[in-house]
Amino acid sequence: MATEQTDPIAAPIAELTREQEQAALRDMLLIRRFEEKAGQLYGMGVIAGFCHLYIGQEAVVVGVKMAAREGDQFTTSYRDHGHMLAMGMDPKGVMAELAGKRGGYSKGKGGSMHMFSRERNFFGGHGIVGAPAPIGAGIAFANAYRDDGRVSITFFGEGAANQGQVYETLNMSALWRLPVVFIIENNRYAMGTAINRATAQTDCFRRGAAFAIPARQVDGMDVRAVKAAAEEAIDWCRNGKGPYLLEVLTYRYRGHSMSDPAKYRSKEEVEKMREEHDPIEQVRARLLASGASEDELKKIDADIRKIVAEAVDFATSDREPDPAELFTDVVA
Amino acid sequence: MSINVLMPALSPTMEQGKLAKWLKNEGDPVKSGDVIAEIETDKATMEVEAVDEGVLARILVPGGTENVAVNTPIAVIAEDGEDPAKIEAITPPPKLPGDMDASQSLAAATPVATAQPAIPPETFASEVPADTKMIPMTMREALRDAMAEEMRRDPAVFVMGEEVGEYQGAYKVTQGLLQEFGSRRIIDTPITEYGFAGIGVGAAFAGLRPIVEFMTFNFSMQAIDHIVNSAAKTLYMSGGQIHCPIVFRGANGAAARVGAQHSQDFAAWYSSVPGLIVIAPSNAGDAKGLLKAAIRSDNPVVFLENEILYGKTGDVPALEDYVLPIGKARIARQGSDVTLVSFSIGMTYALAAAEELAREGVEAEVIDLRTLRPMDTATIIESVKKTGRCVAIEEGWPQNGVTAQIAALVQQEAFDYLDAPVARITGKDVPMPYAANLEKLALPSAAEVVAAAKAVLYR
Repeated sequence: MATEQTDPIAAPIAELTREQEQAALRDMLLIRRFEEKAGQLYGMGVIAGFCHLYIGQEAVVVGVKMAAREGDQFTTSYRDHGHMLAMGMDPKGVMAELAGKRGGYSKGKGGSMHMFSRERNFFGGHGIVGAPAPIGAGIAFANAYRDDGRVSITFFGEGAANQGQVYETLNMSALWRLPVVFIIENNRYAMGTAINRATAQTDCFRRGAAFAIPARQVDGMDVRAVKAAAEEAIDWCRNGKGPYLLEVLTYRYRGHSMSDPAKYRSKEEVEKMREEHDPIEQVRARLLASGASEDELKKIDADIRKIVAEAVDFATSDREPDPAELFTDVVA
Repeated sequence: MSINVLMPALSPTMEQGKLAKWLKNEGDPVKSGDVIAEIETDKATMEVEAVDEGVLARILVPGGTENVAVNTPIAVIAEDGEDPAKIEAITPPPKLPGDMDASQSLAAATPVATAQPAIPPETFASEVPADTKMIPMTMREALRDAMAEEMRRDPAVFVMGEEVGEYQGAYKVTQGLLQEFGSRRIIDTPITEYGFAGIGVGAAFAGLRPIVEFMTFNFSMQAIDHIVNSAAKTLYMSGGQIHCPIVFRGANGAAARVGAQHSQDFAAWYSSVPGLIVIAPSNAGDAKGLLKAAIRSDNPVVFLENEILYGKTGDVPALEDYVLPIGKARIARQGSDVTLVSFSIGMTYALAAAEELAREGVEAEVIDLRTLRPMDTATIIESVKKTGRCVAIEEGWPQNGVTAQIAALVQQEAFDYLDAPVARITGKDVPMPYAANLEKLALPSAAEVVAAAKAVLYR
């Protein structure tokens, strides 16, 4: 995938240790297997409503998480399952929420798009396109106000990047030097609208310049590139220099949501991406090349399948929320 | 021909001010553009310029006079050649603000004065110790004091909004806060309501207690997505994990002569949203006690102020920490014949109408809701059970209004006690017009309230 680097700061590809490669593989595999299962459960009617899968984009959140420190906060849009798993939230609680069960992170009242974990510093899960930008910047505002050294990392798509509130937020973040990394996950399609049909300047990272925010475009299919760029961005913020913007070029294999007609792009395009750029296969190939055995990798695969199977068992056997929960948590 | 110099207005809502000092003396020659005096309100100061050439023949209102009504003649300028000594001051009666022209009243009832009667101190009796000293102050000062006290008490409280800092507040509600708390806690924002409302919400999620000022609530329409979708719903959507302790405050409703886009009451809009607390005080004391409560609340609060009321003086209990309960109405006046229910500036009409009705032998009970969500329905129902008649008053539009909710509630819960249908007095079903006479017609009036009360009394 083409990367264009106009920022003066160089972003080398991070060299990962074997342990880091394995951890990246595990984290990305967990997201992929989890999402595949969520897709199946949707087809079975266990999961309903809107369900946006992250398959294909795994290297983005996993790479950023590798660069973040404990205590840094993540905020994202409605395509949030991967972010929650990357933040260390329990797959059982996430799957149960998808199924609308009482053991879900939001007691079954939030659903796929609205989940949070204060304990794991995950601030949603927001269904309104563009909302993660100011909310993530607000969390950064609190970090700066308290001067606690935390960095807020907020994700949204290239479609959301056209929202007015995103521009408003970029301006205020730069003005107030907030420690926030804006991550535009450019998966090329806002629902069914290709970026060039909705966005005049298709290099989203160039928007940083308009607000004096340093910005960079990154290959989001390579977890090493994402990690390196995120480290640079997060360090920048943690050092009190203000916000940073990353445009991460990625691709979703599945539809926008489960009801996607898939008429806006060709099967060949998707196949080519999967075969030539898959983020998980890239790590697997490197591990094998560096001497890991097939058995080692199979074991990782088996471990992950077990975790996901347990999450499915939990979600399907858990009970629906108590009817009395209808009226709880409306006000504090 | 001599010329009267009139007390000028600094803003469309100014009714009176202080004539701070004269810069010219009687007998001084003046020419057009000369600054002859200085005027002050609690909001701002302004210089009075001579509008004509001549001699300052007579000063009618001495320097240092407080509470000079707008349009009162304050001096006389004699034209060249006129003998200043022979000039008599012409003193037409100043036009009373809010004075309804009888011929234009929509109501058939006798027009009544709409000047806001002071709310008697005993109405606070249940909420403060009996011997509490009362300090008269404007609602603007009471709101500022509430914010300052809470900011001293809790370092997590901060204020953000347009012109809240260096400008000292577009309506001077944040006057002095920048000087006391500095720019870390009093934050001037760009004119981007959607963005800074969202940033405020994020900061609240992370545990701070933002006070987000909208210059007026008309501009909150730019931000309503974050107020409703992000602030109000997240506690529920997170299964109780993420609180949003934020206050959205600012001037709501009609000001004076600012036209349709700057004169809208959002009480019904926000009070329909579960997850929000909505407060709309009518007087300085309630404003202080309730804003302090709002800042301490762990919930998102929409705090609807009113520009006309900012300058009104009321009694504020001189207590170290005066915090009122959210969700509790106040019986502003006791009576047994008819219940008048209102809030915010609607109380002005309700109380004036109650005065007029009393003169005609009708004792109205007047309820100030103060909080619109959660609404203190018990106090309304209890009163209606006693009086059997109810008139609900608001400045907002009639369809789906707060008073529509009250009418539904009363018929549902006190139907057997009603001796007449619930009457509603609301703003008229039109965008706010600019012309003075049309604006008056578009707003409720005390006369309409009196007429409605008589109608439900079949008198």
